[in-house]
Amino acid sequence: MITSLVTILSLPLIIGVGLYLKAAPIFDQQSFYSLIFSSQWAPSKGEFGFWPFITGSLYVTLLSFLFTLPVCLLAAIYLTQFSSKKLIKVMHPVIDVLAGLPSVIYGVWGILIIVPFVSDYIAPIFNATSSGYSVLSGGIVLSIMCIPYVLNMLIEVFNTVPVGLREASLSLGATQWESAKHVVIRGNYPGIISAYGLGIAKAFGETIAVMMVVGNVVKVSFNPLEAAYPLPALIANNYGEMLSIPMYDAALMFAAFLLLVIILMFNMIFRYLIHKTKRQ
Amino acid sequence: MFIAEENTIPASTGFSDSPENLAKHIVRIKHLNVHAGEHHILKNVDLEIPRNKITVLLGPSGCGKTTLLKCMNKLTDLYRELEVSGNIFIEKDDILNTTTNIASIRQKMGLLSQRPYPLPVSIYKNVSYGLKLKGVRDRKLIDFSVEKHLREVGLWEEVKNRLNAPATSLSIGQQQRLCLARGLAVKPSIILADEPTSALDPISSKIIENLFKDLKKHYTIILVTHVLRQAIRLADHAIFMIDGEIIEQGDPEELFKNPQTEGLRAYLVDGN
Repeated sequence: MITSLVTILSLPLIIGVGLYLKAAPIFDQQSFYSLIFSSQWAPSKGEFGFWPFITGSLYVTLLSFLFTLPVCLLAAIYLTQFSSKKLIKVMHPVIDVLAGLPSVIYGVWGILIIVPFVSDYIAPIFNATSSGYSVLSGGIVLSIMCIPYVLNMLIEVFNTVPVGLREASLSLGATQWESAKHVVIRGNYPGIISAYGLGIAKAFGETIAVMMVVGNVVKVSFNPLEAAYPLPALIANNYGEMLSIPMYDAALMFAAFLLLVIILMFNMIFRYLIHKTKRQ
Repeated sequence: MFIAEENTIPASTGFSDSPENLAKHIVRIKHLNVHAGEHHILKNVDLEIPRNKITVLLGPSGCGKTTLLKCMNKLTDLYRELEVSGNIFIEKDDILNTTTNIASIRQKMGLLSQRPYPLPVSIYKNVSYGLKLKGVRDRKLIDFSVEKHLREVGLWEEVKNRLNAPATSLSIGQQQRLCLARGLAVKPSIILADEPTSALDPISSKIIENLFKDLKKHYTIILVTHVLRQAIRLADHAIFMIDGEIIEQGDPEELFKNPQTEGLRAYLVDGN
């Protein structure tokens, strides 16, 4: 038991150290600062700037978060506070099935539905042209993947609110919605933050589905109708393919190391927020 | 689902909406039935609750006391499986009439649960919560009300220097008094107390009981309990229930000295 506990606790460290050691040769060729903030990506010339990949990952994750946040919060409140028990019984297996679908299915569905939708309907609204393979498509597909995951956690969190607390609020003259707002949401900030934190970490590291719809073009653009190239897609697309280029494997290991560090940073930020809201 | 009946009191119930009866009884319930599917929880309950007295609902666990209490402020709405029919008149309003504003009905009745449920905010915000729901925004008025009602429940001196501390940082006895203050702040006419001392130590229980004795000058208190000695100590009017039915009701001294039914007799023997 202690061995398995030690293994679990040391796993992130082992992975982190392993990735760092494999990425280390690239630091002899390029500074850490230029690796992070340079936009020059020309592996054949030995130029490895990860800024387009970092911004691509963050942008897709941010968009998916913006879609996921209101949908999950409102759906979880409705299901736990307003709907009948029958609806919850119907919804639970549906949510579980959606959460368990392989990401490649979401990717294929994104190519068939979301990419043409963005290309044919969304882009014309802004007088723009887009192939549909874009940050927006990535964000939508990613949010649809994350919704069942985050929704399940929020339902569990909101179900922990004692009926007595809701009754106390209602008996003071609050409406159901006011009770949900002041008691259910307010009393569960740590749980809500935790659910979204895990959702974001999952979204940031999601690879296959995003890779299939995001376009995979190395550039820094904040236009959601243009393509991007997230970090996980870079690794998945190229590892084992382009390793004849000098330093390419070290660069990809650095990309994986970056991914790990960014996800750890997300986790730390969310842990801090949870700690802060608990103290309040 | 509530099935409202006509907003009048038939002579067959023996109830009257004469000014004298209205002045005497703040709550009048007639033909109240509650079903949960096949289970008949409350069976044709008829009763009148006297104004500015402590009415004790007494009976064994599961006899429907809490359901009866929850019918009075329509908290049964939260349980979709419950079907409620009959009439509950609070003053002159039939609250089972669906056109009545539920929020304003509930504000007429402060609720004290088996265990305290402070809202996940500060002590101050707990007491001011109901006022804000009522639309009160005047800070001075809210401050005054918070102090007044915390004093009313004997909590002011204990918390005046930490009003912004989380309500959950109080002891369980203090939390129960805070919940009482929170309920009083919305100026109810009735206090519904559902075994409010069951989670408290004897000292805190005594404080709550003494508070009730004081508060009955200004409020009607309906207390659910299955502690016989508490009922004897507090009741001005007693109602004894078994299996969803009111078996006996009346003056507590008379009721407990000369029980008319075998059910109450057995309960008194076991309770003592």
